[in-house]
Amino acid sequence: MCVSSKTNGETAAPLSSLDHMTCRSADRRLPGCVFISSFSFLRVDSVGTMSASDSEDDFYNERTALVPAENPAVPSYRPDLDSTPTEDSPPLRPKPGVSGRAAPGSLDSSGGEGGGGGGSDQEADDEELTLKYGAKHVIMLFIPVTLCMVVVVTTIKSVSFYTEKTNQQLIYTPFTENTTSVGRRLLNSVLNTIIMISVIVVMTIFLVVLYKYRCYKFIHGWLILSSLMLLFWFSFMYLAEVFKTYNMAVDYVTVSVLIWNFGAVGMICIHWKGPLQLQQAYLILISALMALVFIKYLPEWSAWVILGAISVYDLVAVLSPKGPLRMLVETAQERNEPIFPALIYSSAMMWTVGMASPTDAPHSQHHSDEEAEQSVRGAEPESRQPRTFPEELEEDRGVKLGLGDFIFYSVLVGKAAATGGDWNTTLACFVAILIGLCLTLLLLAIFKKALPALPISITFGLIFYFSTDFLVQPFMDNLAAHQFYI
Amino acid sequence: MTASVFFGCTFIAFGPAIALFLFTIAREPLRVIFLIAGAFFWLVSLLLSSLVWFISVQISNKESAVQQKGLLIFGVVLSVLLQETFRFAYYKLLKKANEGLLTLSQEETMPISIRQLAYVSGLGFGFMSGAFSVVNILADSVGPGTVGIHGDSQHYFLSSAFMTMAIILLHMFWGVVFFDACEKSRWWAVAAVVISHLVVSCLTFQNPEYVASLIPTYVILFVMGIWAFYSAGGSFRNLKLCLTCKDKDFLLSNHRSR
Repeated sequence: MCVSSKTNGETAAPLSSLDHMTCRSADRRLPGCVFISSFSFLRVDSVGTMSASDSEDDFYNERTALVPAENPAVPSYRPDLDSTPTEDSPPLRPKPGVSGRAAPGSLDSSGGEGGGGGGSDQEADDEELTLKYGAKHVIMLFIPVTLCMVVVVTTIKSVSFYTEKTNQQLIYTPFTENTTSVGRRLLNSVLNTIIMISVIVVMTIFLVVLYKYRCYKFIHGWLILSSLMLLFWFSFMYLAEVFKTYNMAVDYVTVSVLIWNFGAVGMICIHWKGPLQLQQAYLILISALMALVFIKYLPEWSAWVILGAISVYDLVAVLSPKGPLRMLVETAQERNEPIFPALIYSSAMMWTVGMASPTDAPHSQHHSDEEAEQSVRGAEPESRQPRTFPEELEEDRGVKLGLGDFIFYSVLVGKAAATGGDWNTTLACFVAILIGLCLTLLLLAIFKKALPALPISITFGLIFYFSTDFLVQPFMDNLAAHQFYI
Repeated sequence: MTASVFFGCTFIAFGPAIALFLFTIAREPLRVIFLIAGAFFWLVSLLLSSLVWFISVQISNKESAVQQKGLLIFGVVLSVLLQETFRFAYYKLLKKANEGLLTLSQEETMPISIRQLAYVSGLGFGFMSGAFSVVNILADSVGPGTVGIHGDSQHYFLSSAFMTMAIILLHMFWGVVFFDACEKSRWWAVAAVVISHLVVSCLTFQNPEYVASLIPTYVILFVMGIWAFYSAGGSFRNLKLCLTCKDKDFLLSNHRSR
């Protein structure tokens, strides 16, 4: 069985998973199925528009093709973030990546093309709003990233299964690290990394080829298989380990009912429709599950080298003209289709800003966005007043971040929590990753094109991990021993 | 008993700070971002000071305990000075960013004022400083163990928690006073902040005589608190109006439409 999580991009390519259909389940050779090809990038269509997609998901292509776009493309210049055009949330929008041909302002609560034309008028206003809403978007990404990391760290600290040393390894990292000499160990980890990265590259190119030749059904099937595996099998394993840790005896009937419900609702939420927050919760949970699998089955040094290598790969794949991810994005743009809606976390939020219109008496420019935002939160804004006004409304569709980003951030923080019982290192990596994400979003707002989300955060995270572990930790330990405070 | 010690010490150490965060910062995304950026700057300053300390330890005599303690004291002083330097650097960065945003937006008002930034950055420094000082101790307080089994003080956890709370609040007050002093170019106030930070850190050298270290620290905390209150624009009159709910500006600005 291949571990294919739709969201993580880690999901095994369906093909390879089929190849490995030998009964792994019997001996829990789960690692063999795990195929990771995660890459992520943030895309911005316009000021503040960001969408990050995990290219791992070929599934996405499939899905976007199947699901009719409910909202026309968003205008490009407004700080609207297109929401993930997944089927899950009713306010779907087509992938914002496409440079927005401003759809005539259909005041659709879900889509809000937003005043395509209106925004261009008030540049000064735009900048101020851009900053405010840019900050809002940053927080909208901070919260799920933090939640995912919290889930991973609490699991690592409480459930010992994920930190136990095992001889099982993923088939993508065949070289063992149990050698005595440092040089040999380093060499093995570098070789593991090379293999892993080449597998990812091959899968990405395969994905791009599939997408180019419109093999949507294949991708769709792969996607569904992946998420089935993740939602049912991995969560069952996780639940079993939690029960073992707390020494709770639970019967199979209860467990099967729980897992069935969890998995079925997850499949529906992720692949079809569901409340936005439930979909977000599921995406966070499966990212955390995937990260835990990686933490368990990647050897120590290989994990660090892989983290470094994958951020370099991400950089290359997204920014270089012949990079597979860039080609994917451009193909999707040409076809005016969303890219990979299913494997992207979207925090679709809608608010309206009343553009200065003489007839817009009741809504002042400064109040309308706050009020609209409050009213829109969680509720369908069909009944919103502003829709009936002739003024142009801007809608903020939320930001998107690929699930691969979630996974690798959580792997870094989880590994920091797993190795050594030190909380300072974990905290330092956490802050470093958040700052990296903030800087990436800042660059996104400046450059307004697809950007990789991994490099800056992972670089900061790695620097802070190693420096905190080797330099700060002895210092703080000594200070705590004497109870000195700095 | 360990769980109660853990929860008690956690809430003592972080209670006021978390309350401040929840009530004043959590709703504003811009403030949260600057808080985290402040925490990052503190972290970088700690990194640099531990690097210097580490190098000095490596080239020193590891056997001599006196030398090690001396190096640790040197590390503490260096760390305090570096923290204040980074606070100044953060101030400069924020000024530049604010000016840039102002010219970019062509608005008269900035989305966040320098006073709010002072408060938020001070609290960011405080959070990180407090977390790094006390989180490992809190994690240890959960597990099985006996406090001071080798004859050390029984009040280790409690005193650490109180000290951490004082440090977090002090960082916040120092931030407010520091930024205000930089704005008005009152360099004596900046020096006073640095010196009071040094004094607080050096007081902890007397641990485990907690009376000698905690009480002066709290005295300094109150003095800095009052100083920060006045430099943030507070006054006795404002306080009276606020407490008797007669402050119209405060009531109006906090009115939220339902």
